[in-house]
Amino acid sequence: MRALGLLLSVAVLALVALASIAIGAKPLPLDQVWHGLFHDTGTYGDVVVDERLSRTALGLLAGAALGLAGAVLQALTRNPLADPGLLGINAGASAAVVTAITYFGVTSLTGYVWFAFLGAAAVGALVWFLGGSRGATPVRLALAGTAISAALYGYLQAVMITDDAALGRMRFWTVGSLASATGSTLTQVLPFLAVGTLLALGLARPLNAVEMGDDTARALGANLHRTRALAMLAAVLLCGAATAACGPIMFVGLMVPHVVRSFTGPDLRWILPYATVLSPVLLLGADVVGRIVARPAELQVGIVTAVIGGPVFIFLVRRRRTAQL
Amino acid sequence: MRAPGGFSVRLDVRALAVVVLLLVAALAAGIALIGTGDARIPAADVLRTLAGDGTAYQDFIVNELRLPRVLVGLLVGASLGLGGALFQTISRNPLGSPDVLGLSQGSTAGALIVIVLMGGSAGQVTAGALIGGLATGVAIYLLAWKQGVHGYRLVLVGIGVAAVVTAVNGYLLTKADLVDAARAVVWMTGSLDGRDWDQVWPLLVLCAVLVPVVLVNARGLRLMEMGDDIAGALGVRVQRVRLLLMVCAVLLTAAATAAAGPVGFVALTAPQLARRLTRSPGPNLLPSLCMGAALLVAADWASQRAFGADQLPVGVVTGVLGGCYLLWLLVTERKAGRI
Repeated sequence: MRALGLLLSVAVLALVALASIAIGAKPLPLDQVWHGLFHDTGTYGDVVVDERLSRTALGLLAGAALGLAGAVLQALTRNPLADPGLLGINAGASAAVVTAITYFGVTSLTGYVWFAFLGAAAVGALVWFLGGSRGATPVRLALAGTAISAALYGYLQAVMITDDAALGRMRFWTVGSLASATGSTLTQVLPFLAVGTLLALGLARPLNAVEMGDDTARALGANLHRTRALAMLAAVLLCGAATAACGPIMFVGLMVPHVVRSFTGPDLRWILPYATVLSPVLLLGADVVGRIVARPAELQVGIVTAVIGGPVFIFLVRRRRTAQL
Repeated sequence: MRAPGGFSVRLDVRALAVVVLLLVAALAAGIALIGTGDARIPAADVLRTLAGDGTAYQDFIVNELRLPRVLVGLLVGASLGLGGALFQTISRNPLGSPDVLGLSQGSTAGALIVIVLMGGSAGQVTAGALIGGLATGVAIYLLAWKQGVHGYRLVLVGIGVAAVVTAVNGYLLTKADLVDAARAVVWMTGSLDGRDWDQVWPLLVLCAVLVPVVLVNARGLRLMEMGDDIAGALGVRVQRVRLLLMVCAVLLTAAATAAAGPVGFVALTAPQLARRLTRSPGPNLLPSLCMGAALLVAADWASQRAFGADQLPVGVVTGVLGGCYLLWLLVTERKAGRI
């Protein structure tokens, strides 16, 4: 039953990906889309399709990464509110980007990527060590993440208040968008995403044990320290790369695991694959909607995910007895 | 303590000491803050001027310019501390502060709409923020209502609402021209610059009414920490107390945010820090209140001393200072083996 659902989800994802290639600010007839996909000769339509392809690919990767990371973090911290923001990863990336703009004069999006990733990774590592490294507990991790986030957001706002140029760029970066996708962004982040995904999917079984509480997990023979360290590493790789490529997209990583949990139950061996498949459905779907509603301009995907996802999320929270962690 | 007739009061000496200590710290920081600025005034002169014996010049600076700012700071800090403690207890989550539940974001949305779409004055921005905060509070409560409100659902619904409103705020910020955006960012950071007596009175009245109401109901809140069923069995009208306290918390937070902007981190950390100081379980309402006031005014003082008068708003410092302090706490508590 759950395997069938997973297949169905993959089919839905394929449909949404196709829609993301076919629909955009510039209406293209389907035959031109086909032409662009399979007989690329460099016509105007083909170029449009090319751009949409890399955008769709980025949406797929980033969405999967965010959903998977969210599910791992919620299991790791045993807190239903855990998301990339909680562990300071968004704050680290944002602080690094604003530093790059203000002090290093970086203005291109491909230039931001490395800064954002470094910032996310540095903060991830810092949270891990301050949270107690080998002796980390869920509460300590969450507190350390919140504390570092607050300090970094203070810095971020101080810079934005004193430097108008940084404000001018940051306010667009912080909403989160797929529009900047290029082939080079993709190849920059792909290795990190691949390693992170494999690591996270492989952790399903030990994380299941960790979710039962420290004592039970130990009794079941799980290696708590190693599991926590690896899960943290996976989350930092996934969120760091996704945030670097598209800016801090909130909510996908928080919401999708909750939705998934409501029909898979608490078994992470099902939650993780489902979250990986369904998160890009949300992200790409939101991106498509964002391109349609504000033609010829477009709404950034980060705004649309929240505005669509928020009510759906509230509806689900109300309707079901949400499975607790 | 036990009085004749079986009526007994439990007096927590440590908690009481913490409250007194924090109160002294808040007032001391307030006096230091009054003395700080382009014209420095020694603490002794500040006290004399407050008592009414200062020179005309000192009297103008202290009583007209800086005292209202300090009072707004104390009241906002106290409201945020208390509001944060209430929300964290009701939601039963140390992260369930107004910043997480979307109230701060709602106030911000109200203010942003006034700044970006209407180009309104400072007074209109305050009104917009108040309406935004209250509307968000009502929306969260109604959306979380389903034969009563429970902590878990409240937090999740709050997060959903917060995400939607944050997205709207981000959208408004990208639509604004750069001047409006800069003004909005200063407001969103939270600042005490240029606050006068007009902001003090409404806040003072609100606190004078709400704080006693909250403290009277603190016993019910404490019992509710054991779970709704047990609290009900012990004679607490769970849903009524929860609704009442939530209304108080929303009012406190919305008024504080309207007066000073969404000063980050105070509502989140003040209860956590207070709890660690008193080392007692339960909501720790009064210590949180005093901690919030001390935290905010001390942060404003630090910002004035470190960066010069009115250079950086207090929100920047509460974030950085509060964050660093929480980190320090984490490290020391871990060494002491307490968490």
